[in-house]
Amino acid sequence: MKHSNGIPLCNLELNKKAKVIDLKCSENELRRFLDLGIVKDTILTPIFKSPFGTPTAYEVRKTVLALRKETAEKIIVSEAE
Amino acid sequence: MGLTSKSTGTKILDEDIFKNSKTSDFTIGLAGNPNVGKSTVFNGLTGMHQHTGNWPGKTVSNAVGTYSYSNKTFLLVDIPGTYSLMSDSEEEEIARNYICSGKSDLTVVVLDATSIERNLNLAFQIMDITPNVLICVNLLDEAKKKGIHIDFELFSELLGVPVVGVTARKKHTLNKLTQAIYDVCNGKIKPSPKIHFSKQTSKSNTVSEILKKSEEICQKVCTYQKQDYNERDRKIDKVLTSKLFGIPIMLLFLGLIFWLTIEGANYPSQLLAKMFSALQNQLYSLFEWLHAPDFLTGILIDGMYRTLAWVVSVMLPPMAIFFPLFTFLEDLGYLPRIAFNLDNCFKRCCASGKQALTMCMGFGCNACRCRWM
Repeated sequence: MKHSNGIPLCNLELNKKAKVIDLKCSENELRRFLDLGIVKDTILTPIFKSPFGTPTAYEVRKTVLALRKETAEKIIVSEAE
Repeated sequence: MGLTSKSTGTKILDEDIFKNSKTSDFTIGLAGNPNVGKSTVFNGLTGMHQHTGNWPGKTVSNAVGTYSYSNKTFLLVDIPGTYSLMSDSEEEEIARNYICSGKSDLTVVVLDATSIERNLNLAFQIMDITPNVLICVNLLDEAKKKGIHIDFELFSELLGVPVVGVTARKKHTLNKLTQAIYDVCNGKIKPSPKIHFSKQTSKSNTVSEILKKSEEICQKVCTYQKQDYNERDRKIDKVLTSKLFGIPIMLLFLGLIFWLTIEGANYPSQLLAKMFSALQNQLYSLFEWLHAPDFLTGILIDGMYRTLAWVVSVMLPPMAIFFPLFTFLEDLGYLPRIAFNLDNCFKRCCASGKQALTMCMGFGCNACRCRWM
């Protein structure tokens, strides 16, 4: 498994499935991610953007949640099939 | 209801609930993720009119109500919605403190039938604290619309606790829930959660484990009859938040509401004004007949009565029109989309998109103000 080629979630194209490989954030933010069901190996798909570019809505575990760019860039993902 | 420190602080936990619990036979906590309809279940059971709203985070303090069933009284506590019990936000602290305190005989965890997988996270965390848990799957009508089928028997078997499905908006479906609560409280059904999580070194490991388990259970219990069960919602969302239409549609909606409020309020306003002025003439004759001194007539009729009549006739109609319309928009679920659209603008002022809702509410006052001018 190649960990080195991960990209920040905010750079992922719309409708591309991706898998979380790392969370680069503080303890507090990590807890927030855990609450929302985002951990390593979670599959995320960006599905639409706000008219101003941020936040972006992501589909996670059959629900949709919105993350701002600053938050999404802390989630490192790799494209998944 | 105003959000005073008394109504939102953790203090309320101890005083009110403890006092009430002495007079009822059983205490039931109502927990769940935000926006799964806990307050609707609460109102359905207690017959109370707690404000319900279609946005997460509506309930920030514990509401308390009672109901009776088969000669027993049940005290129901509506706990604020949370995604987990591990964080530090005030709602989560209230929820955690309450569940940990062991003051309730049973905790009912309300799940959204359309996103059970995510909701199970909280359910597992609660089952880790207390074995007395009953799962109530709400919004079955929504799930049915989306072609999601849930096998309750299997669900209950896998978890080891009773699971009931309801549509809280339709009161008769709550009978199953009342019966199940009654059975558990009387020891007829004994919940014994089957799935336990080993104490991990970090919270993140525990949650990963919980999430994995949730995924597994969800796969067994839920069947999706339509592959594209969310297709329609997504399409609407994409239009409502698109670069091209997002903002214009929002302005159109808000503008329409504003216009309806200002224009529509004219007729009832005129009617009220006419009624009040007729009454004013009556009052004048009454005062004349009583030979009241001029200054008294001046203070009471020209001063107090007239101002009051004016305020009521100008302010009441727009409010009576604006707030129902706004509630309609809320029920459509459009408000979170506004928040999503405007988040970036609000962020620049160090606020969050959620404040857009408060801003829209303020339109109600603006409408009154415009008419006043």
